[in-house]
Amino acid sequence: MTFVTALTVFVLAIYVGVEVINKVPPTLHTPLMSGSNALSGITVVGALILAGQPDVPELVHVIAGVAVAFAMINVVGGFLVTHRMLGMFQKKR
Amino acid sequence: MHTQDFRDLAYLVAAVFFIVDLKWMAHPRTAVRGNYLGAFGMAIAIAATVLGQSMTWKYVLIGAGVGTVIGWSMAAKVKMTSMPEMVGILNGFGGGASVLVGAAALIGAQQALGSGTGMGLQEEIATVLSALIGSVTFYGSYVAFGKLAEFLAVKWKLKGWQKAIKYGFAAVTALIGIAYGVAVGLLDPNASGRDKLIAWLTTVSFLLIGWILTLKKDRFPGMDVCKWLAAALSIGIGVLLVLDPANIPLYWLLAGVSGVLGVLLTISIGGADMPVAIALLNSYSGLAGAATGFVIGNSVLIVAGSLVGASGIVLTKIMCKAMNRSMTNVLFGTMGPTADTPDAEEVYRTVKATSAEEIAIMLDGAQHVVIIPGYGMAVAQAQHTVRQLAGLLEEKGTKVEYAIHPVAGRMPGHMNVLLAEANIEYEKLREMDEINGEMDQVDVAIVVGANDVVNPVAETDPKSPIAGMPIIQAYKAKTVIVIKRSLSPGFAGIPNPLFAADNCLMYFNDGKKAIQDIITAVKESS
Repeated sequence: MTFVTALTVFVLAIYVGVEVINKVPPTLHTPLMSGSNALSGITVVGALILAGQPDVPELVHVIAGVAVAFAMINVVGGFLVTHRMLGMFQKKR
Repeated sequence: MHTQDFRDLAYLVAAVFFIVDLKWMAHPRTAVRGNYLGAFGMAIAIAATVLGQSMTWKYVLIGAGVGTVIGWSMAAKVKMTSMPEMVGILNGFGGGASVLVGAAALIGAQQALGSGTGMGLQEEIATVLSALIGSVTFYGSYVAFGKLAEFLAVKWKLKGWQKAIKYGFAAVTALIGIAYGVAVGLLDPNASGRDKLIAWLTTVSFLLIGWILTLKKDRFPGMDVCKWLAAALSIGIGVLLVLDPANIPLYWLLAGVSGVLGVLLTISIGGADMPVAIALLNSYSGLAGAATGFVIGNSVLIVAGSLVGASGIVLTKIMCKAMNRSMTNVLFGTMGPTADTPDAEEVYRTVKATSAEEIAIMLDGAQHVVIIPGYGMAVAQAQHTVRQLAGLLEEKGTKVEYAIHPVAGRMPGHMNVLLAEANIEYEKLREMDEINGEMDQVDVAIVVGANDVVNPVAETDPKSPIAGMPIIQAYKAKTVIVIKRSLSPGFAGIPNPLFAADNCLMYFNDGKKAIQDIITAVKESS
């Protein structure tokens, strides 16, 4: 991917993000934060590529392996905690 | 089509799912679906990454297994009242992962070529940003977590688990720094004198982090200078690293110095500013991910990272606006009483105290009651008791609503989560601007553990530290009841003339105990 392509994607995604989120009601601020936080665990993709790449030194595998663990905590924890919180809002008496 | 094309298509699908996820998260009815879609998108992205290519599975599986178990058990066990800490710590893991991926990419690229990294200028800059933003996020989030869990930068005696985390984490940070210094500085025969020097400086920066984390106060003289210095050093080292990207020790030094910056930026942030800090760190964790996306040239990382970055910035802006403060003021400023602050004794001369019985009589005659919760309600875990009281009043035909200030509590939407946990329908939660227009029709306003967000000084005294901050205009209600343990000031450190107003009665008690007493009194009187 060329730098300009990457930059294009970056700038457009920032705009989409701002547009999509601008009108969130305060009730959903916390779930939105933990939910978007789970998305930032997308770094797991980068970590997986490096942790699984053949022909690189062991050190790279170890560092990337720790990164996989960190990112997975972020992903799994983020989605689950958001789900639990949203469950609170859904309960009907 | 090649495998890579399929993979990129899968990434595109995941990116679209993430966008729709956030869109759905913005509405109460679709939020649950949105979260599922996001998780599904993540699964697609992960599957596309690992399937269809030869991989070394060992570290992938260990890492994924350990991460899943830890993440799952943390999220499954955490109490709703501890949500700010949980969100804080999760931000940190994302940031930490970015630092490590940047390092792994750099080492891999450098060792593959023998000399240089084969990276273009843009990848080098992105690697630097990965380390810088990632490390600020990691240590900043840990500090936010520690402050919310009340074990960092505090004077009082800690519980066993608090001590274990506080000193354990500081020791691990210091040990990693020392281990790295020894490995490069003493044991590596190929390291040049310059490498050794940088490695030992890295050790120093990690020791510094460890030391600051054990301090018992959140400010020290010259702290602002240190913040600027750490920021300037981080950028300086970043520039050096761009010029000399194959210099791995420099990368770790950058991570260390940025870590110092992250700790310093967050440790002085007080309770009421925490919502801003948490939202900002959320944004950083996304931007760190996006930077990592630039390093490895991966579109899905860039899209997801920038979505999170944008959402964090939007939330930060909402929070800052709700406090009428700028971001610089939150990060670098201090908050507290000024020379013009009126004397508390003078202000509180006409304070009237009341009893549960008297409150019950007032509530009996009320048609419209508004409850204004603050951080004190969260501390007292009074949300369920509050709902019981509201239920009791509603049975008698009283209209009960809740007025929520955007920065009440310790994270954006904190009060909403707690009240939802207590089964209160979100239709009854009214936003500040809406309820203020109707406040003069309200018979009784009950303030539970809130202070600065109902302080009329924000509207009347332009010299006050909270001047211009939008408040919930509780003073307009016919009667105001404030449940508070004492007349101690809120976060801003200034007295609140509302407590001494003619229409205000103070009920000095713990939030939960107070409401329980009122419930008993209401039951007896009917």
